[in-house]
Amino acid sequence: MHELALCRGLLQQLNQIADEHQASAIKSIHLKIGPLAGIEIELLKRSFPLVAHGTDAQDAALEITAIPATVQCQECDKKSEMEGIQFICPHCGSTATMLLSGDEMTLESVVLEQHEVKATHHVH
Amino acid sequence: MCTDCGCTAQKEHTVHSRDNTQVHTLANEPIVIDVHQSLLFENDKQATRNREQLIQHNITAINLMSSPGSGKTALLERTIDELAGKHRIAVIEGDLETENDARRIRAKGVDAIQITTGSACHLDALMIANALQQLDLKKIDLLFIENVGNLVCPASFDLGQHHNVTLLSTTEGDDKPEKYPVIFRAADLVLISKSDLLAVLDDFDPRRARQSLASITGNTPLLQLSAKTGDGFDQWTEWLHNSTLTHQQVK
Repeated sequence: MHELALCRGLLQQLNQIADEHQASAIKSIHLKIGPLAGIEIELLKRSFPLVAHGTDAQDAALEITAIPATVQCQECDKKSEMEGIQFICPHCGSTATMLLSGDEMTLESVVLEQHEVKATHHVH
Repeated sequence: MCTDCGCTAQKEHTVHSRDNTQVHTLANEPIVIDVHQSLLFENDKQATRNREQLIQHNITAINLMSSPGSGKTALLERTIDELAGKHRIAVIEGDLETENDARRIRAKGVDAIQITTGSACHLDALMIANALQQLDLKKIDLLFIENVGNLVCPASFDLGQHHNVTLLSTTEGDDKPEKYPVIFRAADLVLISKSDLLAVLDDFDPRRARQSLASITGNTPLLQLSAKTGDGFDQWTEWLHNSTLTHQQVK
C-alpha cells in the first residue's frame, strides 16, 4: 500500500548516487525484499515507472530478489526457513523464535552509465 | 589500460585500501555501485533525529497503531484523564482528513497537532518532525502519536518513537495478529480494546487472540481494557509509566 512512497524514497537515493558518480543514466537497480517487509513486489514494480518517469532512472531495469524468511529457535537453537508467516519452530514447536532474515528491503546495488569518455576515478 | 592505476585491466575494477574503496573504470564502462542500504534510509535517518530530539527533552513517544475504529482516540481520552497530574501529555493525530480527533483531545485540555495525510496511508518521520516543531517540547514528558488507522503500512515507517502499541478491538477477528503479522510483531505491547463488548460478542475469544499473537511474536505482552468502563486501565497506565524515559533512568 505504500509502495509508491517507497519508490519515491528509492529515487531520492538513486539520484544521490548518480550525482556522486556523475552518471548520465542508471542502467539497473537491484533490490532485496523479504516477505515481512510489508511490500508487494508486483506493486513496487508497477509503481516504479510512475515515479522514475523523466528522471535518470526512467530506463533502468528494476531487478528484485525475493529472499526467504528464516528463524532461529531460542529453545532448540535450530534454524529453519519459514513456511508462510509461521514463526513457530518446525522442529520443536516453540514460539520463541528469532527472525534471522525476511524483513529486509534494501537497495543492494546500482549499475550506472557515465558521462566521461576518459577514465574516471571514484572514491566512496 | 586503466589510466588510474596503470594496470592492464580491460574492465572496471575495484581497488581496496585501508581506508577507502576506489572504483576504477575505463571509458564509458558501466559501473556497479554496491549500496546495501535500506529503502527507508531517508525516513530512518529522520526518525533517528526525531528520537534524539525527544530524548533531549526527556519525552517518551508512544506510537499507537490499529485498524480504523478500534478505539485509539477513546483510549487516549481516558488515558489523559487517568494520567492527569502524573504526566504532561501531548498528542500527534494522524488521519487522512479532518481535525476531529485533535479536537477531541484538545477538549481534554491537552495540546494536539493534527496531521492530515491526504491520501497517504501512514505517518512518516518527516511529518512527525514538522509536528514536533509546533509543540512546546519543554511542556511535555509523554507524547502519543496516533497513527493512521491501518494495519499494514504504519508498521514499516519508524517515526522516532520509543514504543509501539498495537490495538486489537473485540469487534475485529481474534486471529488478526496472524493475518497482519508485521504490525503485531512491531508492537511492544498489544491492547485488546473495547473489552466491555465481550459480554455481547460471542465470536471474539481473548484466549484465541492471545494464542494468535503468541504464534507470531512469542512473548509480546497483551492487556485487555475498556475505555468506556475503565476496566484494565490500571495495568495500562502502569505499563506506560514504567515505559517512560524518566522512569527507566531512575531504575
